[in-house]
Amino acid sequence: MDHLQLGVKIGHLYLKNPIMPASGAFGFEMETLIDFNNLGAIVPKSITKHPRGGNATPRVCEVNGGMINSIGIQSKGVDYYVKEILPHYERYDTPLISSISADSVEEFAEMAEIISRESIVSGIELNISCPNLKGNGKAFGMDAALSYNVVKKVKDVTDKPIIAKLTPNVTSIQEIALACEKGGADALNVANTFLAMAVDIYTREPKIGNVLGGISGPAIKPLIVRMIYQVRKVTNLPIIGCGGVMTWEDVVEMLLVGANAVQVGTASFINPTALPDILEGLKEYMTANGVKDINELVGKVNIKHNQVESI
Amino acid sequence: MKPYDLKIISNVRVSERYWHLKLDARPIADSIRPGQFFNIKCADLAFLRRPFSIYRINKEEKTIEFLYLVKGNGTVHLTEAAPGEYLNIFGPLGNGFELKKEWNTVLLLARGVGIATLAALAQEAAANQVTCIAVLSARTNNDLLSTEMLERLGVEVYKVTEEDGTSDVEAVEKLIENLLKANRIQAAFTCGSKRLSKLLQRMAKMVHLPAQIALEEHMGCAMGVCYACVCDIQENDDTHSVRVCREGPVFDLNKVVLK
Repeated sequence: MDHLQLGVKIGHLYLKNPIMPASGAFGFEMETLIDFNNLGAIVPKSITKHPRGGNATPRVCEVNGGMINSIGIQSKGVDYYVKEILPHYERYDTPLISSISADSVEEFAEMAEIISRESIVSGIELNISCPNLKGNGKAFGMDAALSYNVVKKVKDVTDKPIIAKLTPNVTSIQEIALACEKGGADALNVANTFLAMAVDIYTREPKIGNVLGGISGPAIKPLIVRMIYQVRKVTNLPIIGCGGVMTWEDVVEMLLVGANAVQVGTASFINPTALPDILEGLKEYMTANGVKDINELVGKVNIKHNQVESI
Repeated sequence: MKPYDLKIISNVRVSERYWHLKLDARPIADSIRPGQFFNIKCADLAFLRRPFSIYRINKEEKTIEFLYLVKGNGTVHLTEAAPGEYLNIFGPLGNGFELKKEWNTVLLLARGVGIATLAALAQEAAANQVTCIAVLSARTNNDLLSTEMLERLGVEVYKVTEEDGTSDVEAVEKLIENLLKANRIQAAFTCGSKRLSKLLQRMAKMVHLPAQIALEEHMGCAMGVCYACVCDIQENDDTHSVRVCREGPVFDLNKVVLK
C-alpha cells in the first residue's frame, strides 16, 4: 500500500492525508491512543480571546443516530492557548490548524493576528457559527455580508491559509460559501452542527442545560453530503467535509461529492481510535479499487445526464 | 486508557433494578484503582458510550465487575449482553480514591448505585486493614446492594431507606454525628447523592475531616477533550472549572462546588 498517494492540498497547506480531527473532539489527551504524526492535520479545540466558562450541564445528550451538544466553547483564552496548548504539538510534524471563535468581526481579526505570530500554526479555521454579539446575536455564518466581512478582515491581517467553518443552519449554504470565497477564504469547512433540541418526557426538562444544542453523528451525514455536493457546484475552493463521519466509507462518500479532506469528530467518542482506523480503511479501499491517488475521488459522484435534482 | 474487547463472564439481574456484570480483564486488571471508571459501548442501539465506575477488581482471577442500575437506553440494552460475547470497554479512566496510610478508620456514605463505587474502595480498605463504617442509603431494602459483601469484608454497615422512613437528611445527619462521636473517623468518602454529599460536605468542613467524592456526570468523550462533564472547584478564593472524566471523578469533597 506504500505506493498510495494520500496527500491533499488545502490552499497552500499540504496535508499528508485527508483525515483530521474536528475541533472540540480532539486534544493532546489522545496522544497515548493515536499517533498524531499519522493525522492529516491537528485541530485543537476552538479558542476565544478571553477565558470563557462554557454552558450549564448537561452539555451532551444522546439521540437516535447521534448526539446533541452545547459546550459553549469553554476556553482558557488565547494567551493560555499560545503558552500552554500549542507547545504540546511541537514534537509532531503534522500541520496544526487553529480553530478560533470570536464575538465580533474585529475580535476575529485580532485573534487571527495573535495566532499568526506562532510558527507552529499552519492554518486558521474560523468558527463563524458562533453568534455575533455586536449584532443581533445571529451567527456570523447565517449572514452572507457578515461572513464576507469576517473572512476579509482576517485575510487582511494574516498570510496563513484561512478555512471558514460554515454553519448548516442557513437557507442557502451556497450563498454563504460564495461570500466566504469572495472574502478570500482559502478553504471551506462544510459544516458545523445542526441546531437541535431534545426533551426528557418524564421530567419535561430539556436534555441540554442550554436548552438548544448542535446535533452531530451519523444522523446528519446525509445532510452534510448534500451540502458538500451543493457547495462543490458553486466553488472550486478546497472543501473539508465535517459531520457524521463514522467510517472510511463515509469519507469516500464525502470525497465523491466534492470534499478534498474530512474531519472526524463524534466518532472518536464512540471509537477512540476512529481517526487511524478510518485512514487504514481508506487505504484498503484504494488498494482494492485501484485508486492510486486520493484526489482521483474528489467530485467523482456519478450523476447520470438524465438525473435532474429538483428541490 | 485504551479500548478493550473483554469477554463477558456473567451478566445477571441481582435485584429489581440492578444488574451485575463480570468481565475477563486479563490485560488490565492490575492497573485499575477504586474510583476509576470505564466508558462502555453498551449496544449498537445506544450511540454514546456510558461511564460505569468499577465495583470489584479481582487481581487473582483477573476479572472486573460492575454493578449497574437499569435506567435508560444504554443500560436496558446492556442487560441483553450474554456471557461469551465481547464488550468494548474504554479505560481505565480518571483518578481513583486516595486511601492514606495513616488512616485507620474511614466513613463511607453511599446512595443507590453509588454503593457500587464505594464497595470497590471498601475492598481496598479491608486489604489494608483499614476499618470501614458504611452508611448505605436507598429507596427500598431491595435496592440496598452489596451489604452482605461489605459485611463479609468486615465493614460496619448502617442501612437507611425511604421504605423504612430512615433516609431523610436529618436522620442521616444524626446517625453520622453519632458515628463521628463514637469512632475516631479520619476520612470520609461519598458517592451517589447530591443531598447526602452536601450534608457530608457541611459536616466534614465543620470538623475538618478529609473527605472525597466520586462525581457522576453525563459524558461525551470521557477522555478530557470535549468538556461536556465539568464541575467547579473552589480553592481559597478561586473557583475554576475541572473535567469530571479527567481531573475526577474523585475530588476533594471540601473543595467541590455542589450545585
